[in-house]
Amino acid sequence: MSAILGRKIGMTNVFSSEGKLVPVTVLQVGPCVVTQVKTTETDGYTALQLGFDEKPVEKLNKPVAGHLKKATDKGFKVLREFRADDVKEMEAGMTIGIDMFSVGEKVTVSGISKGRGFQGTIKRHGFSRGPETHGCRNHRKPGSIGNSAWPGKVIKGKKMPGHMGVDKKTVKNLTIVDIKHEDNLLLVKGPVPGCKTGLIEVHRTDVKK
Amino acid sequence: MTNVIDRLEREQMRLDVPDFTSGDTVKVHVKIREGEKERVQVFQGVVIKKTKGLTGARFTVRKISGGIGVERIFPLHSPALDKIEVITQGRVRRSKLYYLRNLRGKAARIKEKRFA
Repeated sequence: MSAILGRKIGMTNVFSSEGKLVPVTVLQVGPCVVTQVKTTETDGYTALQLGFDEKPVEKLNKPVAGHLKKATDKGFKVLREFRADDVKEMEAGMTIGIDMFSVGEKVTVSGISKGRGFQGTIKRHGFSRGPETHGCRNHRKPGSIGNSAWPGKVIKGKKMPGHMGVDKKTVKNLTIVDIKHEDNLLLVKGPVPGCKTGLIEVHRTDVKK
Repeated sequence: MTNVIDRLEREQMRLDVPDFTSGDTVKVHVKIREGEKERVQVFQGVVIKKTKGLTGARFTVRKISGGIGVERIFPLHSPALDKIEVITQGRVRRSKLYYLRNLRGKAARIKEKRFA
């Protein structure tokens, strides 16, 4: 297995063995249930569909309930598919959990970043600002957005003010500092995108997909 | 949610930390690892600042070494601290003793707390 679903709990510090404080993000990871195994014969590619965060079966709509009935008697809030090379040993209904990780391993974490609303170019794209005083009236303006007669238009993809945040962001190569098996907690060094309780995907980096 | 983080932090806190405040003179025994060997270094000085927190709690110790003021910040619950000894309790009227940085010699002394 190469990936699993979880939720971000928040940040804190832990002491390393040398007595240094290490900033960590606490992630609650799994347990996830394999709800569907996709194989080359039936689907043309290999992948696993995982269900995370249980939900009463009565609350599911009929198409989803029918789909889940084939694998498990539980309902899930989140269903997500991950590509996997080797799915021969996997079966629908299997539970995968935090056991797939080990301390010291590197992981890649994806999440939906916090929403910032409509933002200017300084916050959104890291433009520099103008002087505040000395008669200057260009404080946070974006400046020129192109030439005049040629090309006579603003080039596509020009960085401009607009909506910022609520994008899928990925942070690669975070070290696992500690694992709490009884609570399904993963402590990774450094920050992770998204708000507390936000849904995240944790990918193993040393495993080929 | 936050209970999880609270619990994780409380698990790491030390129970053998003595009670001391700003103005107290302390001896901090720090474990230093040099290759395989481990030795203990002592840093003695006045506590000029204590910040609150669970694992994030820190304190700053100031001493004059060779005529130069040296300040060191220690995490209160760090496993690298062998022990903290309280030498004297000082009588001070504020919690952050930054004014000591501008004083030298006799003026930088702190009166000892008197228990009548």
